[in-house]
Amino acid sequence: MNATEAGTATRVAGTIAMEPSQADWPHQIYASLRAKGVSHFCYVPDAGHRVLIELAQADPEVDAIPLTCEEEGIGILAGVDLGGGKAVLLMQSSGVGNCINMLSLIKHGHFPLLTLVTMRGDFGEQNPWQYAMGQAVEPVLHAMGVITLRANHKEEVIPMLDASFNMVHSGRQAVALLLTQRLIGAKKF
Amino acid sequence: MLDRSEILPLVIERPDDYLIIAGLGNAATDVARLTKDAASVYPLGGAMGAAVPMGLGLALAQPDRHVLVVTGDGELLMNLGVLATAAVQDPGNLSIICLDNEHNCLTGQQRSHTGYCTDIEKVAVGAGIRNTLTVESHATASAAAKLIQMDDHVSLVVIKVLVGDSPHYPHSLDAAVCRQRFRSDLLGVAR
Repeated sequence: MNATEAGTATRVAGTIAMEPSQADWPHQIYASLRAKGVSHFCYVPDAGHRVLIELAQADPEVDAIPLTCEEEGIGILAGVDLGGGKAVLLMQSSGVGNCINMLSLIKHGHFPLLTLVTMRGDFGEQNPWQYAMGQAVEPVLHAMGVITLRANHKEEVIPMLDASFNMVHSGRQAVALLLTQRLIGAKKF
Repeated sequence: MLDRSEILPLVIERPDDYLIIAGLGNAATDVARLTKDAASVYPLGGAMGAAVPMGLGLALAQPDRHVLVVTGDGELLMNLGVLATAAVQDPGNLSIICLDNEHNCLTGQQRSHTGYCTDIEKVAVGAGIRNTLTVESHATASAAAKLIQMDDHVSLVVIKVLVGDSPHYPHSLDAAVCRQRFRSDLLGVAR
C-alpha cells in the first residue's frame, strides 16, 4: 500500500501503483468502524494497514494500540469485550500464525472477534518467505473456529465489512476479513 | 518466600474495588478464594499469556474502574512483550500482580525461568512500566497494597511465594459462562 491520501496514487520504487479510487477504501473502513462504535484499534505495524493505522493514531477518541505480537491483540479484544467496548485487530497474514492458541479463548469463551487481515503469499506474491503462512491463514483460522471472508475488489470491501461486523456483534462469531492481494497489490522483489 | 494465602489478602486489601483477570492455575484458585468466586473476576483456565492483554483491554474499556491482573510467573513469562504494550498505553487504572513461585505448577512443578536468573520486575522496568515492586517479606506488603491503588501509571508487583498447589476452591472452567457472568455483573447485559 502506498497511497497516502484518498484519491492520490503514488508510485514508490518496488511497489505497484494503485488507481486513485482504490485508495478510498481504507478511509471508508475507518469511518464505518468508528460509526459502529469501534474505539480500540490493535495492530502490529504493517504496510497494508498503514492508512488505517495512521487514522487511528491521529484520532484523539481512539486507542491506537501497537502490539509486540499479534497474539496480544486477541487477548486485548477479549478484555475490551468484557468491559463493554468494541475493538478491531489489524494484522498481516503472517501474524495469524502467532494467534493460534490465544484463539482458544475466543472459541471457548464465545467472544466476539473482528480482525482485518492484509494478505501476503497470495495472488501474485513475489517473496517466497510469505507463502507458508499466507496459504495457511484460512486452514488455521477455520481450525480455530474463525469464519473468513475474502475481499478481492474495492467494491466488495465495505459490504463485507458491514457483514463481518454484524456477524461478530449480532451473530457473536469470530470473523476475519481477508484483504487479498488482488485488492491491495503485490510488492515487486 | 511467602505463603501465598497469607500474603495476597495483605496486598489486595479490598478485592471488591477491582475488576480482576486471574491467570490459570493457582492464581485463579487464589483469587476465587479471596473473592468467593465473585462475578467481577474473569478466571482463565487456558490461553497462557492472555491475562495481561485481557487486563489491558478491560482497563482501556473501563477507564473509571480499577483493573487488577493476578497471575503466575509461568503465565506471565509466556508473553513478556505485552509488558511493553501495556507500558506504552499506560492506563493508570491497571495493576498487575505476579505470584512468582519460580515453578510451573500445573505441569508438574518444573522450575521456571525466574527460578534460574530471570527477574520479572527488571523486565517490567525495562519494558517501561513505571511503578514496580518485588515483595519478599511481610514488611513490604503494605507498600505493595498502596502501589496497586495508585492511578498515575500501570503498576506491577512481583510477590515471591512458596512452591506448592493452593488448596482447591471451586470456580468455573466454562469460559463462556464466565464471560456472561462478568458482563452481566458489570454492564447489566444478558449476553
